[in-house]
Amino acid sequence: MRLSYPADIKIIQLPCTGRVDILHLLNAIEQGADGVYVAGCLEGECHFIEGNLKAAKKVKRVKNILMEAGVEPERVAMFNLSSAQGARFAEIAREMTDRIRALGPTPVHQDHAA
Amino acid sequence: MIVADQKPLEEILAMVAHKKKILILGCKGCVTVCNVGGLKEADILAASLRIARKKENKPIDIHVDVLERQCDNEYVKQIRDVVDDYQALISLACGVGPQFLTEMYDETTVFPGVNTTFFGGAVQHGIWEERCAGCGTCRTHLFAGLCPVARCAKSLLHGPCGGSSQGICEVNKETACIWDAIVRRKMAAGELEELLAVKELKDWRTARHGGPRRSIREELIKGNI
Repeated sequence: MRLSYPADIKIIQLPCTGRVDILHLLNAIEQGADGVYVAGCLEGECHFIEGNLKAAKKVKRVKNILMEAGVEPERVAMFNLSSAQGARFAEIAREMTDRIRALGPTPVHQDHAA
Repeated sequence: MIVADQKPLEEILAMVAHKKKILILGCKGCVTVCNVGGLKEADILAASLRIARKKENKPIDIHVDVLERQCDNEYVKQIRDVVDDYQALISLACGVGPQFLTEMYDETTVFPGVNTTFFGGAVQHGIWEERCAGCGTCRTHLFAGLCPVARCAKSLLHGPCGGSSQGICEVNKETACIWDAIVRRKMAAGELEELLAVKELKDWRTARHGGPRRSIREELIKGNI
C-alpha cells in the first residue's frame, strides 16, 4: 500500500497486546516518550480471546496513574484495528501524533537524571 | 490474610518530598496476594513516583526490593547491608512491616506505603471482605460457622438488631446482615433453637480491650519443636 505515517513513531512489536504491561507504558513515559499508544486487534477478534481487552484495562490504569502523577493522561491511548486496516493504521499514527503535538513535549524532565 | 489498600500517590509523594534516594520494600505475604504490596506494585509505585518527581524537576533515585515477609526479623535483617544507602524506606507491607523495619533500623525513616484495613479474603477478583476481627476467642461454631464479632456492625452475640432489613445492615446498604445469614443457616439445619441459649459472657480481654497482645509458645521458645 506504501502508506506514509509520521516518522517519529517507534513501533515495538508484540505477539499480542495482552503482553503489554503497565510497567512498559510507565517506563516509556518515565524515560521521556511524549506519548505511547497500544494498537490492538478489534474487540472480539483477539486470537488469544481477551488480550486486547486486558490491554485496554491496563491503558486505563496507566492513565489514572499519570493523572495522579500530574501528567496528561491523553499521552497514553489504546486503539483497535485489524491487520488488514493499513490505512487506519496510518490514520491512527497521524491522529496520535497530532494529539501529542497539541499537548507539547513531555513534562517529565530528562535533563536531571537522578 | 491481612488486606490492605493502596495509598494515594499524592500522600506518598508528600512523605518523600525531601528525599532523594529511597528504597521501596514489598512483601511476598498477604499484600502480594491482595495485589497491593508485592514486587509488581512496588515497581509500579517506583515508576509513578519517578515520573511525578521528574515532572517537578526534582528527580528521585528509587530502588525496589521485596522480602519474603516483613513480619519476621530473619527476613527484615536481609537488607542490613544496604539500608544505610537510603534516606528512607517505603514499606508496602501491612502495618506490621514498617514497625519491624523501624525497630530493627533505628536511624532509618520508614514510611507506610499502604493502608492496612482488615483480616479477610477475596470474594471475587478485586473485592475483599472482612471475616475476622482478631478478638482472640473464636466462637464461630456457635453462630452457624459465621462470625458476628467481625461481621455485625455492633458485634451482637444474641441475635440481630432492629436495623436488619431484608438481609441488609442499616449501617451500609452494601453490607449483608450477618445475623440474617446465621438465622437462615440455623433454620436450614433445624438448629434454630440453639440460638436461644444465653451464651457465656465474652472475655474481651483477649481482644484489643486488654491492650496490645502477645502470643507466647513456650515449646517453640525452648526449641523443642
